[in-house]
Amino acid sequence: MTATSENLSMVETPGVAWRKQIRFALIGALSSAFIALAGMPVGLDGRSIIQPVLSMGFLSLLWVPFVLATIAGSEVVLEGMTARTRDSKDLLAGGIVGLGSAGGLVLLMVLIQNFNLRDPLVNWSPQLLNLLSFNRSLAVGGLLWVLLGLILGVFGGAMHVLPKKLCSRIRTVVLSVFAVSVLETFLTDLLEGFRLEVLTDFVYYKRGGLEVGGALLVAALALLIPLLVGTRIRDVKKQVVDLPAEERKRVNLILLAVSAALLLVLPFFLGKIANELLANVGLFVLLALGLNVVVGLAGILDLGYVAFFAVGGYTTAVLTSPNSPGFSPELPWPIALIVVVVLTGIVGLFIGAPVIRMRGDYLAIVTLGFGEIIRLLFLSDWLSGWFGGAQGITNIPGVDVGIGTVKGTDPRSVFLLVLVFCAIAIYVSWRLENSRLGRAWMAIREDEDVAEAMGVNTTNTKLMAFVVGAVLASFSGAIFSAKVGSIFPTSFLMLVSIIILVVVIVGGMGNIAGVIVGALVLIGVLGGPKQPGLLQEFSQFKLLIYGALLVWMMLKRPEGLVPNVRRTRELHQDEFLQDAWLKGEIDTGDQEELS
Amino acid sequence: MSMLQITDLSVTFGGLHALKDLQFEVDEGEIVSVIGPNGAGKTTFFNMISGMVTPTAGDIVFEGESLLGLDPSQVTERGIARTFQNVRLFANMTILENVMVAQHCRTDQRVFGALFQTQAFKAEEDAIRKYGEEVLSFFGSRLVGYRLDQPASVLSYANRRRLEIARAMATRPRLLLLDEPVAGMNPRESAELTELIGRLRSEWGFTIVMIEHDMSVVRDVSDRVVVLDHGETIAQGPYSQVANDPKVIEAYLGRPVGSEQTDEEVRP
Ligand SMILES: Nc1ncnc2c1ncn2[C@@H]1O[C@H](COP(=O)(O)OP(=O)(O)OP(=O)(O)O)[C@@H](O)[C@H]1O
Ligand SMILES: [Mg+2]
Repeated sequence: MTATSENLSMVETPGVAWRKQIRFALIGALSSAFIALAGMPVGLDGRSIIQPVLSMGFLSLLWVPFVLATIAGSEVVLEGMTARTRDSKDLLAGGIVGLGSAGGLVLLMVLIQNFNLRDPLVNWSPQLLNLLSFNRSLAVGGLLWVLLGLILGVFGGAMHVLPKKLCSRIRTVVLSVFAVSVLETFLTDLLEGFRLEVLTDFVYYKRGGLEVGGALLVAALALLIPLLVGTRIRDVKKQVVDLPAEERKRVNLILLAVSAALLLVLPFFLGKIANELLANVGLFVLLALGLNVVVGLAGILDLGYVAFFAVGGYTTAVLTSPNSPGFSPELPWPIALIVVVVLTGIVGLFIGAPVIRMRGDYLAIVTLGFGEIIRLLFLSDWLSGWFGGAQGITNIPGVDVGIGTVKGTDPRSVFLLVLVFCAIAIYVSWRLENSRLGRAWMAIREDEDVAEAMGVNTTNTKLMAFVVGAVLASFSGAIFSAKVGSIFPTSFLMLVSIIILVVVIVGGMGNIAGVIVGALVLIGVLGGPKQPGLLQEFSQFKLLIYGALLVWMMLKRPEGLVPNVRRTRELHQDEFLQDAWLKGEIDTGDQEELS
Repeated sequence: MSMLQITDLSVTFGGLHALKDLQFEVDEGEIVSVIGPNGAGKTTFFNMISGMVTPTAGDIVFEGESLLGLDPSQVTERGIARTFQNVRLFANMTILENVMVAQHCRTDQRVFGALFQTQAFKAEEDAIRKYGEEVLSFFGSRLVGYRLDQPASVLSYANRRRLEIARAMATRPRLLLLDEPVAGMNPRESAELTELIGRLRSEWGFTIVMIEHDMSVVRDVSDRVVVLDHGETIAQGPYSQVANDPKVIEAYLGRPVGSEQTDEEVRP
């Protein structure tokens, strides 16, 4: 029997999926216990979000029941079906998930009190127990967690019951408070630049975190601002979209110019810490843009990308530093840069030539190997006469730009220099993507054999991607060298390659804006391989979070935070086709003609 | 001298002789059909001409020069383009991009032009786009207009086949290899495509070698038919002659010796 679409719309999805809720309750229990044993509550206790109410440590546990209950409650509504009307049962469902998460913690507390497993589980400590039980007895602590879990779980479930608008308001408020708290270093720095210390003093507690009053202020603003400007922004946007193509282009250009100008002025209002942070982000934006050409555009999975960063850094060091052990021409940085670019390009060719003939997994493994080989060469005794081995090369001068010197002690100048090179890299990626070469890269990514059969010399084209990527990485290496003032093989671990790749994937492969967002979020907030981010306390959990984020992204949003249209199509082929079909865009052949 | 001259071409996959001592030639301006039962080696034959499979023995000479040892892209550059039996478009690229990228070997702007947006670069981009649209409009309004910027994956099966041909045309070939161009089309569509194949020769000046199972298409459009079976040429000549060749009928209907299936057929 076939159901017509009318029949289908009568069918309601059945009630709450209780099995799913139980499953999520178990996931919650495991996650909570895992987070506790990973040491997050204790390790992050020092960083407060709202002083003295909420610390990052507690937050690391509290989000679990809420978020999991929300996820567990969400249901996919298929086309043609009506969404189920939500009722109090959904609150109960959320509560179950919340209770499960709390249960995991309570069980952990009981276990810690009665057994000693400190040897295998380092964080199995009385300190954790004290923290978890709020410095009270186990019974009181356990009860509090159960209550908290229940409330947060019900709240998570309520996100599907309450009106949509209210939910999004709540979300904005919570996220704003969190964001303002996380951005503390940056915002205090910025406000100081505008001589607004009064505001900072009111909003932030002296030793980190928001004051309760500050949190309320932020919450109030987060509620009010959308009310005041919400629809207006949308109206303006719509007006712009409705403009004829010519004028829209001009509006976009003006917007671009204004944001560029703002970015150029920004460093002058920022203090050392914020500038330093943004300079680091910029270095990774450069690297990620380069890798994006290789992985995102041409589809070559290069796991040894750090090699080019290293070659760029070391070449700059050798050419500019008076301490360079072998050859020390002490060139000025701009001239050295030309040599660096050419040399890294050549290294790109040499590494690329043998690698590029391989495909897929083999290529990934071999590039991984080359990445390590380059680092080991710089570390080796054999070449230590040139590169200083483990001692590296020190005393690298900054960049003399006439009006001053760009070097690490003056992060503002570094940030400005990085900005200039990021602009170049963005321009290069954008222009190349929309050119004959860019189309050939895309074709290779789609189907290498067919691209070759259609006249694309795949070897040369892929090599070109490798070389462009290498050159962009060498920019980053050259600036890194001048910024840090000394260079060691340990700066170029395989981890760097992986982190750049994660930045590209999380941001959105093949998308320039995505890559920048990825670097801001990951390097800016969590920190790079060695560079601290806004959440310095996170440094020991950085890789854990990177990993978790990567897994989650691959499962739920493989196209990244800011997706590239084409990439999304590749990853969600079926859904895309279904959408196109529903919108009547699918070509159903010449039926019309036939009838 | 003929445009494409193939002598003693053989290829083996493991122990399987996919092609055995094949002799084949095409003159400029001809339309030649290659037919034969499934697994006869027809697609392998195309793969070999286009450089995707290396022959174990024999020679392929195109316009006086051997194609042996060339990469597929070099073969395309020499002027041979092909379509694929199992449509292989760049599904997530737009229809226009599909035909634009196919002009790769006929254009030569590189990084410099793209970065500095030179006059030459812009002129070439315009030319690529224009030629792409021209090639697409050969198939009427189906692939142009609002379709230009849609991904190839939204196209209907028949239109994908058309786009494959358009993409091959965009490489500006002199010899076009079509692998089952009308497979999966309804009779109306295949009649229309048959006519278009004729126009590919008369208007665009392509020489065409076509693999096809649909005998009405083969009959209507080809000057000459070559029949392959088990990697060997068993007959060639005009359609009427080949269609009545007992060896060809045998190849299509099955062999009388040692096959149970034929035993049953022979039984009254
Ligand atoms: N790459 C390969 N490796 C191994 N065997 C192959 C390969 N390519 C083709 N063959 C074999 O060679 C023989 C000829 O295949 P081919 O695809 O050329 O047949 P065809 O005539 O095009 O058939 P069809 O009408 O089904 O398209 C088949 O037996 C096939 O299995
Ligand atoms: Mg075939």
